[in-house]
Amino acid sequence: MTPSDAPKTGQPSVFHTSRRRFLATTAMGLVALSASGASAKILFGTGLPWDSGSIEPPRQVLPGPWTFFTPREGEMVEAIAERLIPADDLSVSGKDAGCAVFIDRQLSGHYGTSDRLYMKGPFQPGLPTQGDQSDLTPVVKYRQGLKALDDHCRRTMGGKSFTDLSPEQKDQLLAAMEKDEVTFDGPVGAGSFFSLILQNTMEGFFADPIYGGNRDMVSWKMIGFPGTRYDYRDHVLKHNQKYTAPPVSIGGRGDWARKG
Amino acid sequence: MARKLPRKDVVVIGLGWTGSIIANELCDEGLDVVALERGPWRDTATDFNIGYAPDELRYNARQELMLRPAQTAVTARNNADQTALPMRQYGSFHPGNGVGGAGVHWAGITWRFSPADFRLKSHYTERYGAQSIPEDMTIQDWGLTYEEMEPYYDRFEYLAGVSGKAGNLDGRMQEGGNPFEGARKREYPNPPMMQTFGPTLFAETAAKMGYKPFPIPSSLLSRTYTNPLGVTMGQCTFCGFCTNYGCANYSKASAQTTVLPVLMRKPNFELRTLCEVLKVNLDSTGKKATGVTYVDTSGDEFEQPADLVILCAFMLDNVRLMLLSGIGKPYDVRSGTGVVGRNFCYQMANQVVGFFDPAKYNFNNFIGGGATGMAIDELNNDNFDHGPLGFLGGGSTRCAPIGAEPISKRPTPPGSPTWGSGWKKAMRDSYLSNLSVGCEASSYANRGNFLDLDPTYTDRLGRPLMRITFDFPENDVKMSAYVTKKVAEIVRAMGAQAIDENPRTGPWSVVPYQSTHVVGGTAMGADPSTSVVNPYLQSWDVPNVFTVGANVFPQNSGYNPTGTVGALAYRAADAIRSRYLKSPGPLVQA
Repeated sequence: MTPSDAPKTGQPSVFHTSRRRFLATTAMGLVALSASGASAKILFGTGLPWDSGSIEPPRQVLPGPWTFFTPREGEMVEAIAERLIPADDLSVSGKDAGCAVFIDRQLSGHYGTSDRLYMKGPFQPGLPTQGDQSDLTPVVKYRQGLKALDDHCRRTMGGKSFTDLSPEQKDQLLAAMEKDEVTFDGPVGAGSFFSLILQNTMEGFFADPIYGGNRDMVSWKMIGFPGTRYDYRDHVLKHNQKYTAPPVSIGGRGDWARKG
Repeated sequence: MARKLPRKDVVVIGLGWTGSIIANELCDEGLDVVALERGPWRDTATDFNIGYAPDELRYNARQELMLRPAQTAVTARNNADQTALPMRQYGSFHPGNGVGGAGVHWAGITWRFSPADFRLKSHYTERYGAQSIPEDMTIQDWGLTYEEMEPYYDRFEYLAGVSGKAGNLDGRMQEGGNPFEGARKREYPNPPMMQTFGPTLFAETAAKMGYKPFPIPSSLLSRTYTNPLGVTMGQCTFCGFCTNYGCANYSKASAQTTVLPVLMRKPNFELRTLCEVLKVNLDSTGKKATGVTYVDTSGDEFEQPADLVILCAFMLDNVRLMLLSGIGKPYDVRSGTGVVGRNFCYQMANQVVGFFDPAKYNFNNFIGGGATGMAIDELNNDNFDHGPLGFLGGGSTRCAPIGAEPISKRPTPPGSPTWGSGWKKAMRDSYLSNLSVGCEASSYANRGNFLDLDPTYTDRLGRPLMRITFDFPENDVKMSAYVTKKVAEIVRAMGAQAIDENPRTGPWSVVPYQSTHVVGGTAMGADPSTSVVNPYLQSWDVPNVFTVGANVFPQNSGYNPTGTVGALAYRAADAIRSRYLKSPGPLVQA
């Protein structure tokens, strides 16, 4: 410790020495503790610190090339989303709602790599009551699971790939996966892969459109969820009456956006 | 080697509800107070910005405001013969993180525990005889009475601006309030919340069946309110992004909306964020704390000397810090001796979902909040005769639509498909016409349920994780089956076409979310052989250490805990201000 680093009693030396230390620290030695990777702070006698930019607003997912999936993987996930949420008189399909885009972008973020989760070993199989004990992140589960699904199809469906199957064949296979009646090669089980992709497809279908799915708030319109309106005081006492205002999302409404 | 910092009068670990209240009280006493918070700074304007606060994916599905397991996880098992494994993601419960703690994302339901709760073992022994308490049920008295707690409940309720209707004003029963509550000295600071259709139908039906419904006491505010500290809150807008979210309206009571605007201006208060306490340091006698050691984001260690150390972290972390610091004798399940980690309890979260005719019922469940609804208390605690039933305890029953964000809240009738066009139709038909009634029920201590340090798994700093050994005791499972059946009768009478009954059954699983009301581990009490802190929340072993949180509950009641946790913070602050500072040392002789 250099003399200038030594705390001096009677003045806010903790603040000064620590602050210099924080400024000098560019890399986090530990895991990221907040979304923005903020450093420790000392606050006193300041009132409420307006800390603008300390939290990252969500960023609009834009259409465009896959960021995680290979073209083949993207095609398969779209085909699955199209069967889990088929187009009918209630809504467009999960594929057309953007569920595969949503999953692709999620896998490219912290969700895909489980970096907020406890991923220290030893990894050992547990009881169902102890939750997922796998060391595989969603990124690995998708990569391995999609490959295993395609291999399974080619092996058992006369050389066809998953996307070549008829809608009925796809549904039969997905139903068998759901019941874990299909055996996949590799580390990802058919049942757990099905649960994962069902969960993520539903997330994409119902999440705010800013994340790339639920295109044009299609699921919210279908069920009557008004989205992010944030103030219903005028409707609380209107018992058993339909709420008729159209939904709004974090990014506003489709018809507010610039055309073209 | 930790760098030694200048001493402070008081170090507060964790700046959530309890840490904020105590820090503010002790600053008023003129003490020099530093709070160490392991998470980031958070306030309404920046972190719960109205433009993107209503984001289900981010805040509910991905748990943005919760403690990240990468920072601190826990391990879990159902009994001492199993190997505990880490909860790699938080499921069953959601500890908070950052300034405000779990009080940022709580629901806002703000009960007082009943007079019988505070002398639970005595109460049951007197009413049903000692043999009514199973041999392995280690329930006990709190070492203080409801009457002693009343002024502190009052202070917390007025701080938070609780909106409700008194049922018992100084012994005079009040129409429209909870007829089972203990006597309160004055009305709630704010009138009850408006009620949407679902809770109204629940209350009308329950009343016809002989129950006495009343509005849930809510820390989401029914009107604009200025609390005794001079902090003003706004009226709740029923936005439906409440439990698991921060409130962008300044209308859900939290440290942010009630205390921090005052505390943060005090020149004798200092907050250090993203600083995680490693342990409480003891002197060579082991009977006096000298301060704490913590680590900041640079990875450097600091020693913060202090005369008084107050553990106000999430309850699991308070217990863990006691164990890591060697304060109190750890519980040994084999011999049943020791106290730290003993009497870990939970909450039996039971639920009945009713599916109504979509052509006739439109509940608009997206209009709501964590504490907007109606309740009955006939099925709670010992409010009904347990003599012939073969179990003890019960729960508060309430219909409180907390919002209907559709990733997580789109139930379908039992037997519906989970995907495909059949699922879509069932889900669409049920979305606006389902209604849930919950029964948040007691969890009674059992000899085999406890907390200790995990022998295998460690956190990012190399310290052992907290290990939870827990399963639902037979008593609580029987109770859950009973109360859920009663709740289902009400839902059926409300006109539901189909019903999904979910009484809590064993074994306890870490996977589905149930409740964040984990309690116990450092019980308070009058007997040092069965408690870790005395009735003033002061460590029996190290008198300059206090702890406030649900970790001091000897067992859990059929009520949400935050009202009692907040009241205990005022109780501890008062004990320190009026008694401890005059003569530092044990406030009760062991």
